[in-house]
Amino acid sequence: MTYARDVGALARKDLLLELRARDTLPAMLLFVVSTFVVFHFSLPAHPSRLAASGLLWVAILFTALLGLGRAFVPEREQRVLDGLVLAPCDRSAIWLGKSIATLAFLVAAEVVALPVYALFFRPLSGAAVLGVALADVGICAVGTFLGAMAVTTRARELILPLLFLPLAIPIVIGGVGSGAADSPGRYLGFLVLYDLLFAVVCWASFEYVVAE
Amino acid sequence: MLVARRLGKRYGEKRVLRGIDLELSRGGFLVITGANGSGKTTLLRICAGLAQPTEGRIERDAERAQVGYLAHEPLVYRELSALENLELYGRLYRVPERRERIGMLLERYGLWDVRRDRVADYSRGMTQRLALCRTLLHDPALLVLDEPFTALDESGAALLDAQLAELRGERTLMVSTHDPGRVASLATARLELAA
Repeated sequence: MTYARDVGALARKDLLLELRARDTLPAMLLFVVSTFVVFHFSLPAHPSRLAASGLLWVAILFTALLGLGRAFVPEREQRVLDGLVLAPCDRSAIWLGKSIATLAFLVAAEVVALPVYALFFRPLSGAAVLGVALADVGICAVGTFLGAMAVTTRARELILPLLFLPLAIPIVIGGVGSGAADSPGRYLGFLVLYDLLFAVVCWASFEYVVAE
Repeated sequence: MLVARRLGKRYGEKRVLRGIDLELSRGGFLVITGANGSGKTTLLRICAGLAQPTEGRIERDAERAQVGYLAHEPLVYRELSALENLELYGRLYRVPERRERIGMLLERYGLWDVRRDRVADYSRGMTQRLALCRTLLHDPALLVLDEPFTALDESGAALLDAQLAELRGERTLMVSTHDPGRVASLATARLELAA
């Protein structure tokens, strides 16, 4: 119960920071909508289902990367991470709180982005939307973990995409499959498995990322 | 109590600390001096538990929850208010009667009237006062203060003088400073780091 309260307080703090600074969500929204507009005018009319699904995932992944790159900026600027690390709460609460906040930003961006995608390209099936939701969990779990690793390095803007994109390949496979395959069940199952596996790994090892 | 033997720290090829021995009993007050780059901050980070030595060993009887660390940076969120920052830390540090404790500290350090303002709008001195409130919030047994008088005006520095005098003997204190005369009367030990 105390753990849940810590996570809640940390996630609420991130939402409040975004509400005040408006650094992340507007940038994510602008990026994802602009990407769809650019693809709309650069691709031939009525692209195949697979191609349209592929570009949806490119847009989601890079939009998420934009948010993840900014996730630990407030902690880096004032070295607040030191203060959080010294607190007697379980350090994985820092990761979970940050992941929940990042997930909220990504979902908020997608609430606008998915209808725009449907308008420009093709309507999304229920399985595709479920695939996006499941992928969001994995993206935020892994991305937040890697964001915390990257924030302590000098080349953080470079390190995060270099580490994150290879680990996101299974998400793209699962996501494209859930939207384009005739039987999306196994792709959705694959995304659930990815989420569970990486959430447990990140939760258990976050302590070692933030401790010197 | 805090004991360090042959403590050393390297960052890659660069040696920052070498062969530090120190022993500080409970209630002791150690003043650390030294030129810029002599390793004061690194030593304090190791003592606070934020960094690990690459040589030697350190033993501390205070747990993580009992350490209060004041750094060069205030370790507070600029977009949150003083109240919101202290509420967050109070929750994470499980401070009993959190609201009362926060109110008392903000009053004492002259921040009560601006408690709902964003820290980004504070002056450097006000931010340092808030950093002191954050450090003292959970009533730590071991206080590690890295140049605590930085940016404080005369009234802020006087408040800190009084606070240190109050804590002396009751809490273990490690203070790095470029003005050792200011805390000379309180110190029980002194360590000078060579550059």
